[in-house]
Amino acid sequence: MAERVFMKGCEAIAEAATRAGCRFFAGYPITPQNEIPEYFARRMPEVGGTFVQGESEVASVNMLYGAVATGIRAMSSSSSCGISLYSEGVSYMAAARCPAVYVNVQRGGPGIGAIQPAQQDYLQATKASGNGGFKMIVLAPSTVQECVDMTYEAFDLAERDENPVLVLTDGVMGTMMEPVILPPMKSDAEVAEIRAKQAHRAVIGHAIGDQHTCEPGGIGDGWEKHNIETAAMYNTWDKDVRVEEFMMDDAEIVLAAYGISARISKVIVKELRKEGIKAGLIRPITVSPFPYDTFAKLDPAKVKGILDVEMSIPAQMRFDIDHAICGRIPVKECLRSGGQLLTNDQVMAGARELIKEVL
Amino acid sequence: MAEDMKKVYARTKAVKESGNSFCPGCMHSTVHKLIGEAAEELGMLDKLVRVEGVGCCGLGQLYVTHDWLIAAHGRAGAVATGVKRSSPDSLVYTYQGDGDLAAIGLAETMSAANRGENITVIFVNNGIYGMTGGQMAPTTLIGMKATTAPAGRNAEEHGYPMHVSEILNQLTAPKMIVRTAVDTPQNVMKTRKYIKKAFQNQIEGKGYSIVEIVTSCPTNWGLGPIESLDFLREKMFAEYPLGEFRMND
Ligand SMILES: Cc1ncc(C[n+]2csc(CCOP(=O)(O)OP(=O)(O)O)c2C)c(N)n1
Ligand code: SF4
Repeated sequence: MAERVFMKGCEAIAEAATRAGCRFFAGYPITPQNEIPEYFARRMPEVGGTFVQGESEVASVNMLYGAVATGIRAMSSSSSCGISLYSEGVSYMAAARCPAVYVNVQRGGPGIGAIQPAQQDYLQATKASGNGGFKMIVLAPSTVQECVDMTYEAFDLAERDENPVLVLTDGVMGTMMEPVILPPMKSDAEVAEIRAKQAHRAVIGHAIGDQHTCEPGGIGDGWEKHNIETAAMYNTWDKDVRVEEFMMDDAEIVLAAYGISARISKVIVKELRKEGIKAGLIRPITVSPFPYDTFAKLDPAKVKGILDVEMSIPAQMRFDIDHAICGRIPVKECLRSGGQLLTNDQVMAGARELIKEVL
Repeated sequence: MAEDMKKVYARTKAVKESGNSFCPGCMHSTVHKLIGEAAEELGMLDKLVRVEGVGCCGLGQLYVTHDWLIAAHGRAGAVATGVKRSSPDSLVYTYQGDGDLAAIGLAETMSAANRGENITVIFVNNGIYGMTGGQMAPTTLIGMKATTAPAGRNAEEHGYPMHVSEILNQLTAPKMIVRTAVDTPQNVMKTRKYIKKAFQNQIEGKGYSIVEIVTSCPTNWGLGPIESLDFLREKMFAEYPLGEFRMND
């Protein structure tokens, strides 16, 4: 049954996955997500699952690929420069229609960047996590509770679409402790039932005549069919768009932020409201598919300005906001990066500057 | 069939009757046959999972009748780890060329061996990159021409041929390491025996087994099938002596 505990983000993610029936984890150490593999190393043997420390992220993501191909619920996690090494494996899994789940606990970048928290991988996560133009549902939690709920749900989404799902979080949420309600632990029978539902694609050995294969590409000219089918699947994701609109009914000043930045921004929206300023927040919860409509429907007669708040320099989510706004409403940026956290004061200062300009 | 006649040999059910698309004189098809026969003799054809490397081995996907998945170039050791750990009852083998296993996939190869993963590795060493048209491999012989070493491999610039079985033999975990060939009926029989033994090790949970098979690539060696056999025996076997490095009996 649901259980209320006090947990660190990374550990909560690992526990949520275990409760969802994840029975395989492979990963390679990298700060700030080491608590995920460490938790799995303890937890998997308790539930009859497997933990492997890969020799690299390249190996780990390919172990994940092999595991998912057998029909088991499996997961991996890494951070930023480690996630770059996932590109190959994730692209293969997207090609082979493997429902893998993985987590990026973002840190500073590019390169080895900084071990401190950042939101520097937005474009990579949402637009091109590997070669070949595939898409994924990318969930962006902004509380430890959401880390738990989204990880738990990610497996269902992945299996529904037979496509990888990415949980995009950051080093603040990964290392922060919060009270969370844990979802129910799936019983061994339920886990077996979930796996049995994947039997149609499981590559585990079959009688001749009942060959199962896992194909990340095709010999000859047969691959366009795959591209057409997956494109059709991506087109069903309008229903999956999730967005929080906070105090947006009469908002004249809109803060736009996801994940940890959204949490800070929400505090500022409340502060501004106390001063009588009509501020609101748009928080994409799925950063892919992105809530373009939420931005597109903003009325320039009402909304005077948008403040894009991100822990990334240069701004990255700005790209999607601009795509929806098309210059109809002024957009300004409030950014930090390289492991420097946004502060309330900084976001407030950014909001005041925007207000001065547009109100 | 007359009553006093009995069938003593049949084509393995592990491959399609429609044939394969390997070049004439290529030994990949013989190796496929032996894998099928070994699994069949063990009654494990319906548990067989092929983790396919990238290279000419990829042509096998059109040819085999059992389950397969394609690993990214070089990653078969890692992918097979995921498969076997998640489906311990499957009989999992990787099928990899020398570029796949010993260049781009060296880390995955060494680490799977070092963990003693309970898998079977079929390593087809033809001393060249076949699929991409004859580029230099870690196993290319000194003096041997490749499209990316047009004057032939030279030690000063390219280093020396890599001996994968000997390197793996430095590790403690592997249970079986052999180097064999399929150039004569005797060697074919021996290789079948080795593959069967490697599968048996896996079934018994003993751990990592690798069967390195030194083969020819007539197409990219630029030799006819017969000359390729001569080159194989004179040059390749001299650099890569056949034998049992480790047998877990
Ligand atoms: C990441 C990546 N790099 C390069 C290639 C291109 N490629 C395909 S097959 C191959 C060489 C395979 O050679 P080998 O492993 O020796 O096998 P053979 O073809 O000789 O059987 C290469 C480089 C690829 N598919 N993926
Ligand atoms: S290129 Fe070489 S290895 Fe590939 S099928 Fe032809 S002969 Fe065999």
